[in-house]
Amino acid sequence: MSHQPEKSRDIHRPPVLRPGHSLQSVTEKISTIVLTKHTSRGWWLGFILGFAGVMLLLLGITYLFIAGIGIWGLNVPVAWGFAIVNFVWWIGIGHAGTLISAILLLLKQQWRTSINRFAEAMTIFAVACAGLFPLLHLGRPQFFYFLVPYPSTTGVWPQFRSPLMWDFFAVATYFTVSLLFWYMGLIPDFATLRDRAHRWGAKVTYGILAMGWRGSSRHWRRYQDAYLLLAGLATPLVVSVHTIVSFDFAVGIVPGWHETIFPPYFVAGAIYSGFAMVFTLAIPLRAAYGLQDFITDRHLDNSAKVMLASGLIVAYGYLMEGFMAWYSGHAFETYVFTNRFTGPYAPAYWALIICNIVIPQALWFRKIRRTPITLFFISLVINVGMWLERFIIVVVSLHRDHLPSSWDNYSPTFWDWALFLGTIGLFTSLLFLFIRFLPMISIAEMRELVEEHEQHAEQAHASGQSNPPLHDRPVTEEGRTQPGTESPGEGPPPERPPDQPPGGGGPPESP
Amino acid sequence: MVPLQPYYGLLAEFSEPEDVVAAARAVHEEGYVRAEAYAPYPVEGLSEALGFTRSRIPLLVLCGAFLGGIGGYYLQYWVSALEYPLNIGGRPLNSWPAFIPVTFECTILVAALFAVLGMLALNGLPQPHHPLFNVPEFAYASTDRFFLVIRTDDPLFHETRTRELLAGLRPMAIYEVPWV
Repeated sequence: MSHQPEKSRDIHRPPVLRPGHSLQSVTEKISTIVLTKHTSRGWWLGFILGFAGVMLLLLGITYLFIAGIGIWGLNVPVAWGFAIVNFVWWIGIGHAGTLISAILLLLKQQWRTSINRFAEAMTIFAVACAGLFPLLHLGRPQFFYFLVPYPSTTGVWPQFRSPLMWDFFAVATYFTVSLLFWYMGLIPDFATLRDRAHRWGAKVTYGILAMGWRGSSRHWRRYQDAYLLLAGLATPLVVSVHTIVSFDFAVGIVPGWHETIFPPYFVAGAIYSGFAMVFTLAIPLRAAYGLQDFITDRHLDNSAKVMLASGLIVAYGYLMEGFMAWYSGHAFETYVFTNRFTGPYAPAYWALIICNIVIPQALWFRKIRRTPITLFFISLVINVGMWLERFIIVVVSLHRDHLPSSWDNYSPTFWDWALFLGTIGLFTSLLFLFIRFLPMISIAEMRELVEEHEQHAEQAHASGQSNPPLHDRPVTEEGRTQPGTESPGEGPPPERPPDQPPGGGGPPESP
Repeated sequence: MVPLQPYYGLLAEFSEPEDVVAAARAVHEEGYVRAEAYAPYPVEGLSEALGFTRSRIPLLVLCGAFLGGIGGYYLQYWVSALEYPLNIGGRPLNSWPAFIPVTFECTILVAALFAVLGMLALNGLPQPHHPLFNVPEFAYASTDRFFLVIRTDDPLFHETRTRELLAGLRPMAIYEVPWV
């Protein structure tokens, strides 16, 4: 794979892999995080906090099963409350993982390599959290299997014309395919861990998970074919999932829901919130585990650009909703739209605009895109903003619809919050288990990256450029250009290390 | 199974990907058919150098996609039009536009399952043990070393000539792979 035409452009950006790495060092660095006996205090602290959330979740679910969904703040116009808000929010977060692992793979974006593994993990855990809510919302969750088309003695079959059935198939498929994709990517890394583990238990566990992978060239060939095809399948899948989630709303006739812009607007929103979550996780992780060599400022910069672009599509969606409310001349549509920013939930709407549209405009500045701490805070703001967006869509559209006599307000109860915070706890603890027991960066793909970099360096060397080979060059602070000065001087400038503050490398960001 | 040969094969170790590709090509040109190369990441051109140019994965995935798509649509058609017809305002029973989402999801699901399970099946995985794991140095095949094995059951295999051929390819080392 030659990136000759791209190279001259690449050289002005921070690298996707800090120079000086070999196959051995990459393998060692990533696998040691997993294979070490030492579990850090920070890990325990995070895990215990997450686990406390899991306990809260279990408490909420137990009481829900005993008492029914009356414990939530639901009422008759607002029959979809937090459960659906959280469902859409979580499933949206998952989408960035698939986008990074599948779409960017097909587009041959090298920078995806070091962030795809944990983004995929994020997808799976987020979809697991999302999947809980519709089931809990059923009222009698023990009957959720009625959704599965199986021959039952009652002779009753599911209604395939209902968006809720589409949703069930979409989410179940999404979860399964994401899991397959993730597991398949892990197989060669399990083999590495099996071969490097010293303890018997770890050797056997990773050995079983690796399924006897030994890196045969024929196996790799089939593996690559299958992986690429899986990426090709996951790409339309991820678009379809949030499209179908938006159909849950758009197929209904509630004003504020019945809009044709919903599918693209939801997909863009999903990518937006997903990338925000990637930042929320990646920035503390790379600081805590010293992974700045692999997750470089280039990754942050590129992801921030994707986030900004999807955020602008979301902004367009808001604008279009307003335009259509006015242009349609439909009294209910117009009312629902104005009610959003003048009604009882107006503070939530204005907060949404500030979080999702105003603050993220800071990402236009390169300086901000390459400063982890500001990115981290912007990502938190976007996470909040996207949650508010779903709240506005679900609750504010429902609470005052066609029949003014049945208007009512919705306010969440303790149990609504318990389940929401509980799933955040579940997500956090699963993520902490993941970073402790599985390699959070794909080792096999990083090796490919190392090899490609070496080849590039050799080519550059052979063609008389002044670039020393990447793998034996020390990281220097010289040759840095100032941020914002894009145009190079004459002649190829030296490879530029990431734009971080001198003495950086361990920015003080922490969750 | 009682192996006829005294050992599984001869294993040559290399440190650079280009060397193992060159060695694989040389061994293949020599006429060996039961040779295999091992690498810590997919090395470009390595399987082709050994004469393995076509994997059947794409065909398999296509079959899975067709199976899932047709099966998914038929499931909905059978349920909604044949087994459990519901007349809702006289609308058609075979309401195909409403069946698109589930058909699509089934297509993807079965194709993806075929891709992963097919890859594992064609690769003969899971296979908990393999004679190569008896060579301690083979553990580096998952870090930074490249290996080439010529199996003893290859028709061209010859105790000394094969060893000389491998030695001529300048490996770092040559190992006999024991059966147990």
